Amino acid sequence: MSKMHVKLTVNGKPVGGHAEPRTLLIHFLRENLGLTGPHIGCDTSHCGACTVDMDGMSVKSCTIVVAQANGAAVTTIEGIAAPDGTLHALQEAFREHHGLQCGFCTPGMITRAWRLLQESPSPTEAEIRMGISGNLCRCTGYQNIVKAISAAADSLATQKEAAE
Amino acid sequence: MIPGAFDYHRPTSVADAVKLLVDLGDDARVLAGGHSLIPMMKLRMAVPEALIDIRGIAGLKGISQDGGAIAIGAMTTQAELIASALLRERCPIIGETAAQIADPQVRNMGTIGGNVANGDPGNDMPALMQALDATFLVEGPGGAREVKARDFYKGAYETALADNEILTSIRFAAPAAGHGWAYEKQKRKIGDYATAAAAVILTVARRMCTGAAVALTNVADTPLFVAAAGAALVGTSLDADAVKAAAGACEAVASPSSDSRGPAEYRIKIAGVMVARAIARAADRAS
Repeated sequence: MSKMHVKLTVNGKPVGGHAEPRTLLIHFLRENLGLTGPHIGCDTSHCGACTVDMDGMSVKSCTIVVAQANGAAVTTIEGIAAPDGTLHALQEAFREHHGLQCGFCTPGMITRAWRLLQESPSPTEAEIRMGISGNLCRCTGYQNIVKAISAAADSLATQKEAAE
Repeated sequence: MIPGAFDYHRPTSVADAVKLLVDLGDDARVLAGGHSLIPMMKLRMAVPEALIDIRGIAGLKGISQDGGAIAIGAMTTQAELIASALLRERCPIIGETAAQIADPQVRNMGTIGGNVANGDPGNDMPALMQALDATFLVEGPGGAREVKARDFYKGAYETALADNEILTSIRFAAPAAGHGWAYEKQKRKIGDYATAAAAVILTVARRMCTGAAVALTNVADTPLFVAAAGAALVGTSLDADAVKAAAGACEAVASPSSDSRGPAEYRIKIAGVMVARAIARAADRAS
């Protein structure tokens, strides 16, 4: 049951560390790497507060042991904004549309929505709601979260048009 | 909650994985997507001393067809089942069922092999595999063998899979072109197991039902393939009496426990309601 050496790419940077295989990815991110953006909410795979992106898909990092993630590319909420600190369209939209109240679910919501908008750049309201069905907001602020994601989709489309 | 300590293995072939299972004995468990096993380990309801992660084995993933036969690799995720154009065309009930399992994040990790091999009566794929009359391919130290989904489940978490075997793929004959299908699941919320659920696959010719398979989820210790329900539909126009007879046959064999999803009597009734709804929707879709 000795520790293993784990290597990951997190938010674009290669990182490593020694950890027991049973260490949950969320604990490795928070405690070994100091990335406290992803939260531990329910700790039972339901609430989605621990959502991160792993190898191009949204996952719940409370239900993955770090041994499984060895070698993976992970993106957390800390990796969503531009390196110069410019907020991502989703972050701007959550601020603009009051997509958060207490803010506890927000890192998971934004990280999930970030992947959702890459899978489906102009989702309908129903698609957004199904897309974030693995993320719970105990403040029940879904109305504005959905509005924010929808607005971010529009603003990303505009950014893309301007770039072309 | 943190799982108990374990040694971690990531073999790159089925043969190596089987060898590990044999060498490590009862204390080792196969890890597929991990979204049933890891929660159980966090609760210390499972305390394996070794995990054999089969995600690194090439060839255990993917969906293919050979004539009328469809093969799905055990490590194919629920998300991949939903995204499959082949399944949408040949067997859309699989994607319809997968979409009712858990939530997007869990479906990215959870696999069809894990779902059918775990033996959890709450899992949705086992009943569907019974309705499709699927065959599971398993490999162990003695080589490969086949087990019918309808013969696989012995009790809650008890299956025909031996401790030193790995389920590697699932095969079934694609239902006839123009078949009708529906998976109807009542659940309290997204991500919940079924209060009761029903898979129905049927064929209709000249308004008469010519073939029907009905199976139930989470109303017994195992999935239930209800041959009598299919028989009650074949040769009828799927009229109200036939639907009532099929639902009745299902209610007669359902034996759920009373739990937070409702008292047993209620869950039996809901099983009948799910069957009736699934027949109606399958009939609508049949051509």
